[in-house]
Amino acid sequence: MSAPLHLAVALDGAGWHPAAWREPDARPTDLFTADYWAHLVREAEAGLVDLVTIEDAIGLQSDDFDAQDDRVDRVRGRLDAVLIAARVAPLTRHVGLVPTATVTHTEPFHVSKAIATLDYVSSGRGGVRVQVSGKAHEAAHFGRRTIPPFRYQDVLALNAGQAPELATLFSDLFDEAADYVEVLRRLWDSWEDDAEIRDAATGRFVDRDKLHYVDFAGRFFRVKGPSITPRPPQGQPPVAALAHATIPYRLAARSADVVFVTPSDVGAARAILAEVRAEQSAAGRGSETLHVFADVVVFLDESPRAAADRAARLDDRAGETFTSDALVFTGTPSGLADLLQEWHAAGISGFRLRPATVPHDLTAITRGLVPELQRRDLFRRGYEAPTLRGLLGLPRPANRYAEATS
Amino acid sequence: MTGKQVHLAAHFPGVNNTTVWSDPAAGSHIEFDSFVHLARTAERAKFDFFFLAEGLRLREQGGQIYDLDVVGRPDTFTVLAALAAVTERIGLTGTINSTFNEPYEVARQFASLDHLSAGRAGWNVVTSWDAFTGENFRRGGFLPESERYTRAKQFLATATELFDSWRGDEIVADADRGVFLADPNAGAFAHTDDHFDISGRFNVPRSPQGRPVILQAGDSDAGREFAAATADAIFSRHGTREAGQAFYADVKGRLAKYGRTPDQLLVLPAATFVLGDTDADAQEKAGEVRRLQVSGQTAIKFAEQLWNTDLSGYDPDGPLPDVDPVVGENTIARGRASVRMFRDPIAVANQWRALAAEKNLSLREVVIEVTGRQNFIGSAATVAEQINTLVQADASDGFILVPHLTPGGLDEFADTVVPLLQERGVFRTEYEGTTLRDHLGLGPLP
Ligand SMILES: Cc1cc2nc3c(=O)[nH]c(=O)nc-3n(C[C@H](O)[C@H](O)[C@H](O)COP(=O)(O)O)c2cc1C
Repeated sequence: MSAPLHLAVALDGAGWHPAAWREPDARPTDLFTADYWAHLVREAEAGLVDLVTIEDAIGLQSDDFDAQDDRVDRVRGRLDAVLIAARVAPLTRHVGLVPTATVTHTEPFHVSKAIATLDYVSSGRGGVRVQVSGKAHEAAHFGRRTIPPFRYQDVLALNAGQAPELATLFSDLFDEAADYVEVLRRLWDSWEDDAEIRDAATGRFVDRDKLHYVDFAGRFFRVKGPSITPRPPQGQPPVAALAHATIPYRLAARSADVVFVTPSDVGAARAILAEVRAEQSAAGRGSETLHVFADVVVFLDESPRAAADRAARLDDRAGETFTSDALVFTGTPSGLADLLQEWHAAGISGFRLRPATVPHDLTAITRGLVPELQRRDLFRRGYEAPTLRGLLGLPRPANRYAEATS
Repeated sequence: MTGKQVHLAAHFPGVNNTTVWSDPAAGSHIEFDSFVHLARTAERAKFDFFFLAEGLRLREQGGQIYDLDVVGRPDTFTVLAALAAVTERIGLTGTINSTFNEPYEVARQFASLDHLSAGRAGWNVVTSWDAFTGENFRRGGFLPESERYTRAKQFLATATELFDSWRGDEIVADADRGVFLADPNAGAFAHTDDHFDISGRFNVPRSPQGRPVILQAGDSDAGREFAAATADAIFSRHGTREAGQAFYADVKGRLAKYGRTPDQLLVLPAATFVLGDTDADAQEKAGEVRRLQVSGQTAIKFAEQLWNTDLSGYDPDGPLPDVDPVVGENTIARGRASVRMFRDPIAVANQWRALAAEKNLSLREVVIEVTGRQNFIGSAATVAEQINTLVQADASDGFILVPHLTPGGLDEFADTVVPLLQERGVFRTEYEGTTLRDHLGLGPLP
């Protein structure tokens, strides 16, 4: 297989279409049970995908960009994604587990040990998607800082190079996120791999010279360290970020192992790749692997017509046409394989597919798309590595502190 | 013969000198398999719950990380969620501090754990407040000691409001009508007090237990009041008969003023045990375990925590230091609970000296005497009798057992002591309910 592509499945509620929960095969009353998530993640694993992501947020879902809505016709409520990932870890063996964590309002010390522990309970399959919260109403859930409200139009203006006040706010939020990831990573390295010595002769359980204060001091916060949790099995669980524009590309380029991007076509994919790679070089990480995964929402059926009809039926039920930040693909698994192949040839290393409805579009991925990609020699036929880093072709990293002392 | 039912829980061995890591049978304190082993053993024995302690900074002594005990532990929520996948009934209880966290986040983690475990979550609310631990947290600026329980009370009150912000009947998921939520305001909350000023919508629907079972561990008067007002169970260190009975009477006596009855707050002391084929075997084994728990170096370090000065020049097999402890802020040991127990170090040192003189003990032997006494030593029959006697005598409602070995330290207890308690009719032979509240016999939420 020349250049295999990577596949991720993005799990969120009953699927990404707002009417997904009303489908006959949906299980909307089970969304808050472990069994529901175990089924989905096992299905993804049956499709040999690299990883699943689990969406999360620090507030209730809302269709309003900058406020809490009071809609009753959509899925509302969700469980903590790190806990869902941990809950399904012992029930799966190969698939990577990448929950979302909000970095704006949480403590890097807590999240660092949570992801390290996810890595332990999954024997090296943990990762994390870091997410910034810029929403005023989510800040009110913590009451420790205020974030000024802004509208979606303001974000578009920002992306077009206008709205300087918002640029400052966004840069600060993403700089803070970069510091946060730096702290996560330092804490994961704060124990060398062989720090636990159990030396009965000297009575020492650990070699304290192999434990390190991270002594992080940045613009936004300080953290002392070391972690209370030893270095996780992968050393550094992969860090992912979703990015739509320059400021978040910069965060990903500085800090992440995987960036999820949202090109609308292959030309946009090339342009995004160029920008991400330029930021990566500027961050001094040109020689490191930074996977660029394209996000695609998928409606998959046996004919393009059937997929389009189903999408239309769902839109009808929702009372509006579904739109997304990512490309919405409506068609057959084979048609999707064509698209993935083309984008892959343009330099996109993997894809994060967002099933419009589950289980329908999830099983279409695992039982339709995956065999099709395998026929084209573009996807694995079995899990070839025991860790998520292994699946992503990332080596187990050296410990920064061990390097410094040896 | 039957009587008051005994409650039992299993404490995962960890960061303290109770845990004997040098035993050849000692396994990992971090690998998930160890947690699975202990939790499954406890579940096989029909224990009420599995318990995790917490510490948010590595302990230090003399300016260096303390290296003689087990160091390192996993994240509480993550381990408990994973354990929910490999157990079915046992309660999953975690210690989570109310100073270094925020109510919205902790409430959603516990509500999530309760969903993912089908109603088995428990929260031991602890209040360590020190700036030393605070250095690990971005928000800095931690609490004066005097405010630790004010914050804890308000934290728990706020979390409870969040838990109650969903009544449990909102999700109708009527696909035909397109109504997912019956109530457009599900999860709405607004809370203002000295410590928190928060509002919005809580995003986890009501969990099977409504809220986690609440445990409290803290010994001061303020701690006992906090427990009496709000907790379902109290994790104490008073496991002997006299101290247990005094504590039991004290905390149960505080309930009435909060409109609560004595059965609404269980008293569960920490307890260690050593089993043998005969009582004599067990006594001998217990002596060995104590010497492994308190090496000469451990004894010196422990004495330094009291003396608040460097004692590395002293011989652990010699007499106690002839100087008095340094009174005032403890600069020698940081992040250690024991330090906070020595409120009057000179008086404690004098007690130690009296003990040494009376029994002709070395420094190490004194430390062995005064620290972590084994509560239950003997054959299975003896230990079952001791446990039941203490419970029937209202020294406790049961025990949180702290094995000294990871992860097999509960195996023998499960196989030998539990059946004897069951024969006496004082311990369940099957789980009767499915939730932790059920196991603790707590009845519906107030
Ligand atoms: C039996 C027992 C167990 C405790 N376990 C923990 C623990 O695991 N983590 C922690 O931070 N504090 C723990 N504590 C400390 C208390 O929660 C509390 O922070 C401290 O003792 C201050 O409260 P107090 O003055 O009322 O005792 C424990 C206390 C007791 C009595």
